[in-house]
Amino acid sequence: MGFFLETLIGGLMAGMLYSLVALGFVLIFKASGVFNFAQGAMVLFAALAMARFSAWIPQWLGIDSRFLANTVAFLLAGALMFVVAWLIERLVLRHLVNQEGATLLMATLGIAYVLEGVGTSVFGSDIYKIDVGMPKEPVMILEGAFEGGLLINKEDFVAALIAGVLVGLLALFFQKTSTGRALRAVADDHQAAQSIGIPLNRIWVIVWCVAGVVALVAGVIWGSKLGVQFSLATVALRGLPVVILGGLTSIPGAIIGGLIIGVGEKLSEVYLGPMIGGGIEIWFAYQLALVFLLFRPQGLFGEKIIDRV
Amino acid sequence: MSRQIGEVILDLKNVSLAFGGVKALTDISFDVREHEIRAIIGPNGAGKSSMLNVINGVYRPQQGEIILRGQHFSKMNPFKAAKAGISRTFQNIALFKGMNVIDNLMTGRNLKIRSNLIQQAFWWGPARREELAHRAKVEQVIDFLEIQHIRKTPVGRLPYGLQKRVDLGRALAMEPSILLLDEPMAGMNVEEKQDMCRFILDVNDQFGTTIVLIEHDMAVVMDISDRVVVLDYGRKIGDGDPDEVRASPEVISAYLGASH
Amino acid sequence: MLYRENGQFKTSYAADQQIFPIAQDRWAIVGILVFAFIGVPLLVDEYLFRAILIPFLILSLAALGVNILVGFCGQITLGAGAFMAVGAYAAYNFHIRVDGIPLLVSFLLGGLTSAAVGIFFGIPSLRVRGLYLAVATLAAQFFTDWVFLRVPWFTDNASSGSVSVSNLQVLAWQIDAPVDKYLFCLAFLVVFALLAKNMTRSAIGRQWMAIRDMDVAAEVIGIRPLFAKLSAFAVSSFFVGTAGALWGFIHLASWEPAAFSVDRSFQLLFMVIIGGLGSIMGSFFGAAFIVILPIALNQFLPALGGLFGVTISTAGISHAELIIFGALIIFFLIKEPHGIARLWSTGKEKLRLWPFPH
Repeated sequence: MGFFLETLIGGLMAGMLYSLVALGFVLIFKASGVFNFAQGAMVLFAALAMARFSAWIPQWLGIDSRFLANTVAFLLAGALMFVVAWLIERLVLRHLVNQEGATLLMATLGIAYVLEGVGTSVFGSDIYKIDVGMPKEPVMILEGAFEGGLLINKEDFVAALIAGVLVGLLALFFQKTSTGRALRAVADDHQAAQSIGIPLNRIWVIVWCVAGVVALVAGVIWGSKLGVQFSLATVALRGLPVVILGGLTSIPGAIIGGLIIGVGEKLSEVYLGPMIGGGIEIWFAYQLALVFLLFRPQGLFGEKIIDRV
Repeated sequence: MSRQIGEVILDLKNVSLAFGGVKALTDISFDVREHEIRAIIGPNGAGKSSMLNVINGVYRPQQGEIILRGQHFSKMNPFKAAKAGISRTFQNIALFKGMNVIDNLMTGRNLKIRSNLIQQAFWWGPARREELAHRAKVEQVIDFLEIQHIRKTPVGRLPYGLQKRVDLGRALAMEPSILLLDEPMAGMNVEEKQDMCRFILDVNDQFGTTIVLIEHDMAVVMDISDRVVVLDYGRKIGDGDPDEVRASPEVISAYLGASH
Repeated sequence: MLYRENGQFKTSYAADQQIFPIAQDRWAIVGILVFAFIGVPLLVDEYLFRAILIPFLILSLAALGVNILVGFCGQITLGAGAFMAVGAYAAYNFHIRVDGIPLLVSFLLGGLTSAAVGIFFGIPSLRVRGLYLAVATLAAQFFTDWVFLRVPWFTDNASSGSVSVSNLQVLAWQIDAPVDKYLFCLAFLVVFALLAKNMTRSAIGRQWMAIRDMDVAAEVIGIRPLFAKLSAFAVSSFFVGTAGALWGFIHLASWEPAAFSVDRSFQLLFMVIIGGLGSIMGSFFGAAFIVILPIALNQFLPALGGLFGVTISTAGISHAELIIFGALIIFFLIKEPHGIARLWSTGKEKLRLWPFPH
């Protein structure tokens, strides 16, 4: 029982991170109908920027405090992501309005290549560390309730907490601010939103900025956990089944989908893995999403599409 | 009149259709006789298009049945309807935009193609002969609709009026026994409307095709149809020949009265 | 003035339905084929065969397959690499497990196996479309990646899924010199391209395109979406699977699952989008573009650096390659979303009318 719960909690924590990546997808898809394959590259790019800035800044500015250096690095990386978002809108999306989904998807793959290329040429292509002082040691909880207690990774816990807070902030942003309302209006109907004077281009820049910040947070968390390296770009591929499961247009869907996939992966790896061989994590998530699609094509929380003739 | 209106060929009994909580059609019954031109009229949102969609199985009604040549269908689907000889046109033209006119019409011949994928891949005996035979049939439709000059044009590039004509052509290429027309004259100018009327009457006259038609232009409807069904808010409020319908007080207050 | 169809009157539907209705096009294609089969082997050196021509031929075949599914039937796939893998490993298993099986037969069986798997993974297309489907096809990709890496039976118990073949021959023809490999692949491509063209100009092709353009209307005129979609998946996977077998056996000779990773899937999709969706010709253009670009950049960038007195490291080149590749893709999508094939046909149209503008 204790072991099962440990696996479950581990899955939930990993799931929270998937949610974070999925959130980036959903935000952009909702507002601009673009299925952003570059989300993974954005995570990599942001993490690289963060890792290198936090190493360079003490030299540049002569700051000793690591906290201060990290903060400055985070802000700088955030600003960089804003620039990236602006460039993407300016140079790519603006010229591809009203193109088909496949074309847009290809374009984001192109963006992904450019980001990966630029990122590795500017920041280098070694493995870097991000040290934001996350606690590394595991802790024991609920020792009274179970025999042996539950072993929980503090780092995971903090990461999940940060992810949760970010999700909450985004929800507030969407519900309470006027920009959030404009975003939702654009998501519902581009043309109608435009006709009442909502500037589409600015909204898109904002969405990509927000997605950039989400990518930065995801990059910092994953990066401090696993190190910043090229494989971080494949995180996007882990996020896809989450989006499918949750529904492409639903923020709660991204979160719950992430948790389901996280738990499903961990449980399958632990209980199914020994039977059919290891390494099933990746495809298991996809098969789960696939089976799910057959029964509920619009995802858990997606809107049902009715054909009109 | 050279044509003879025959027996009931299509009979709808107590059809009700709802989307979620919204009722589109409530308990509608009417019949269509062989070789006649049957019009469905009614204000916007009366459920006319839904009615056609029920007849050829795009929508599945929650209640009621469709009797086609004595055969009962509680649920129709588009493929079954096509096999039974029902073809249709669409209100917002649903042509295959990436294909040219000939190919669009050739898709209408699809159900009559017998050769299989392998034969087609090798462009082999039966596949080749069939392709030629159907091409000849399609060319007859092209002649009939007077669209020879655009036969190789991708339909996306055609003006609206011609697209409507190609849409009709694709339906005709199926050699249907029942033809459903969803606002065939919407958005057309007077000349185009006259042409379209002529084609509809010719189809009915020369091929004996039964026609069910939705149209907004009252003058046209009253002129060419044999019998008219009137819908309002998903209910049937009138049924009969044009003069009867025109005289019905309920219809006048619901529909004609509003616009005249 | 040479490219004119004046005076070429069609007197039968058969003449009008030819693949190349214009006489000049027919002569051109005959010329190209003669040159490809006779001229190229005489002129070209080994490096060119190995680095460009053979990959181009095989990837063209795969791109044809992807184009049938994506371009003609409108079903996006991100799992083409998976079907190449299935084709390659299935052909490998037939090759080693069935005694005396002719090479051609094991290739075709590999293609058929891939077709069967394609049908299976095409089932979601009956319920979902567009981007959802793209993700569903990724499921195929990751599943096959895993299967060939972890299930030893498929790789004859070779460690890490790497397998190799040698001593390939068809009848008495020993295929090991690059020129033989080239001719072998060329023959495959010509036959398959003809089959693809025939399918796309007959009823089955019209069914695919109808589903692509307007699936509700297609059903209404009597096209069964089930058959149309699954047949597109099957034919596409057959092409891609056969290409996979060629890639493994002929081009690589020894390979592991990474040869057919998700990057390959993306690459194939790029080919059809850049080349031109729904165009047989476009598949060739796209394959040529994607095969030649990195080689050209590899040659060109150091030279360019040298011009400015900068030496570019190998890592630098590969990064620059990524950037330029990505930027070019975006550029193409913005400037000509219908691909090189559209440029080509507009050019031909202009040529027909030249020197008049309309």
